[in-house]
Amino acid sequence: MPWKGGTLRQFFRNSGHLIRLAAVLIAGLCVFLLIRTALIPKAFGKYGHYSPGALDVIRQRPVSYAGQDTCVMCHDGEAKERASGRHAHVACEACHGPQAAHANADDPSAHKPRLPDVANLCRRCHEKDAAKPAHFPQVVTAEHSGGAACNSCHQPHNPHL
Amino acid sequence: MAIPGVEGFMYPNEVELQWGLLIVLYPYITGLVAGAFILASLERVFKVEAVRPTYRLALLTALAFLLVAPLPLQLHLGHPERSMEMYLTPHTSSAMAMFGFVYLWYLTVVLLLEIWLEYRADIVHMARTSTGLKGLIYKALTLGSMNVSPASRVIDDKVGYAVTVIGIPSAFLLHGYVGFIFGSVKANPWWSTPLMPIVFLFSAMVSGIAGVMVLYMAVMKAKKMPIDMRCVDTIAKYLFYTFVIDFSLEMLDLVHRTYEADESFRSLNFMVHTRLWGSQVILQIFLCTLVPLALLASTQLFRIGEAKRRAMYLITGLLVLVGIFAMRWNVVIGGQLFSKSFLGYTSFKVQFAAREGLLTAIALMILPFAIFVALVKLLPPWPETTEAPGD
Ligand code: HEC
Ligand code: HEC
Ligand code: HEC
Ligand code: HEC
Repeated sequence: MPWKGGTLRQFFRNSGHLIRLAAVLIAGLCVFLLIRTALIPKAFGKYGHYSPGALDVIRQRPVSYAGQDTCVMCHDGEAKERASGRHAHVACEACHGPQAAHANADDPSAHKPRLPDVANLCRRCHEKDAAKPAHFPQVVTAEHSGGAACNSCHQPHNPHL
Repeated sequence: MAIPGVEGFMYPNEVELQWGLLIVLYPYITGLVAGAFILASLERVFKVEAVRPTYRLALLTALAFLLVAPLPLQLHLGHPERSMEMYLTPHTSSAMAMFGFVYLWYLTVVLLLEIWLEYRADIVHMARTSTGLKGLIYKALTLGSMNVSPASRVIDDKVGYAVTVIGIPSAFLLHGYVGFIFGSVKANPWWSTPLMPIVFLFSAMVSGIAGVMVLYMAVMKAKKMPIDMRCVDTIAKYLFYTFVIDFSLEMLDLVHRTYEADESFRSLNFMVHTRLWGSQVILQIFLCTLVPLALLASTQLFRIGEAKRRAMYLITGLLVLVGIFAMRWNVVIGGQLFSKSFLGYTSFKVQFAAREGLLTAIALMILPFAIFVALVKLLPPWPETTEAPGD
């Protein structure tokens, strides 16, 4: 025993550095707990393992999709064309990307959207993949078009030839 | 083959691998930490005096790699500032979220504490002798206590011993945990086996021991100090034993899978014979397991001259380090190459200059050595070896 022959006081003197270390660790723990209480949102855990306040924060973020009902109000021609083909159920913004900034603008022509990059757009959905349902129209694009742009034969809004 | 690299039937979300090179690196690095620490504890707890010259080296190696261990994860996940949330609002039912605590426990309670206790006398000495910023750092490290009386060192020794005793299961926890993460993915037959934590653990010990052995020889060479052969021989012996256990466990897993031959077997077997043939069979099993095992066995069985033995240990160590990396690769990448439908296979290409690319991985592997050099400057492990070479 280290304190054999000595007194308890001696023992404490000789382990003073360990007591200091323990103090440092405890101080660290206290600082952590303080930071923790300061950082955790008040209602955390009310509905589950998340902060309910996050819902409001998310709600405040700008909406980037306008929804196709909005597009249809102005782009009657494209809407009619699309409705008559098999892309009828493919939303405008699935191909054109989020366009709220364009659709909700006072002057939409000032925020004219860039047209989709056809070379990558169509194969994103139509590339042949054994994992897709067999009835879904799919082609091996490289063989099918021989490098020509898809919209040189197909009409994007009504793809049937 | 409509989608490049895909063969047969692959669900759409399996085509691209989610876990890439950095997730291979992560268990590799934590493995080195756990292995180095376990080597250090050999001396401390099991009183293997011969490995004493590597004791401090092993501790500093473990610390250097442990500091880098979370970085691959941070880079993979992005948003490093959010990682702190796993301490603020701990999610107790997620093994991955609990990693933060395993890590923190291991870093502060085990490794830093043990290093501090081991070095305390040196720190006090250096606080007394050095000046300026250096002196200030050492003074801070003493925590204001200059007491290095024999009685206080006896207490340090006892506490250090206790810390190491706690440290061994902690090292097991740290790396067993990594294996557990993979072993508990029940949808993935390549990973899902209760043997996984144990296999990871032993391969960690193998890589850590090999790493410290190579590092010790390299450092001695760089410092122009004599290599203590008794020490290296002993390390090699332990490397041999743990490697035999590790290899047996992996083979047990293999034999068990082959014999059980469940519904996934045909697919996995095909994968091992095609996409993983090079990295698993040739590299991991043949070149980096059987060859080093044969080398180690011959140093145990035959009388071989010192210089030759050193060369053999060096080759063995390097091969083992490559082999354990290959093992991590085969587990992490292999587990994502086949479809859960067992009807198709995808492939994986490492990017070069990307956030999770080869360049990042190389930087992450260099970083621990830079930290190591800094640590050695701060806490030199040598005095005892220069005073008594060959100890
Ligand atoms: C308030 C009316 C309005 C709404 C709503 C609207 N647009 Fe437009 N859009 C316009 C106008 C005006 C133009 C400019 C026509 C021009 O300059 O030729 C335009 C042009 C476009 C163009 C063509 C750009 C080009 O280079 O030719 C695309 C594509 C487009 N809109 C898509 C959409 C989509 C998708 C939506 C729904 C999210 C949408 N628009 C909603 C009025 C509207
Ligand atoms: C299948 C994908 C797809 C869908 C769905 C789609 N578009 Fe298009 N759209 C395109 C492509 C591709 C072009 C560009 C054609 C080109 O470059 O010649 C285009 C062009 C346009 C243009 C520019 C004028 C033109 O015809 O070149 C407008 C306006 C437009 N789309 C509006 C719409 C609206 C409104 C909807 C929804 C009712 C819609 N699009 C749905 C693919 C699509
Ligand atoms: C967002 C996914 C999506 C994109 C992008 C897309 N399509 Fe389609 N496409 C569909 C869907 C959905 C159908 C209808 C499938 C059905 O009816 O079962 C379809 C049907 C078709 C058909 C079959 C029409 C027929 O009558 O047989 C053709 C051809 C086609 N698309 C061409 C294209 C071309 C060309 C493009 C690029 C301009 C394109 N698609 C982009 C989803 C997409
Ligand atoms: C040279 C003209 C041409 C080009 C370019 C072309 N197609 Fe076609 N595509 C056709 C013809 C012809 C058909 C068969 C007629 C049909 O079913 O509508 C067809 C049919 C399809 C079908 C339906 C297949 C099915 O099984 O129902 C898809 C999907 C399709 N094409 C996608 C594409 C895509 C994507 C591209 C661009 C990579 C493309 N096509 C480019 C001529 C073309």
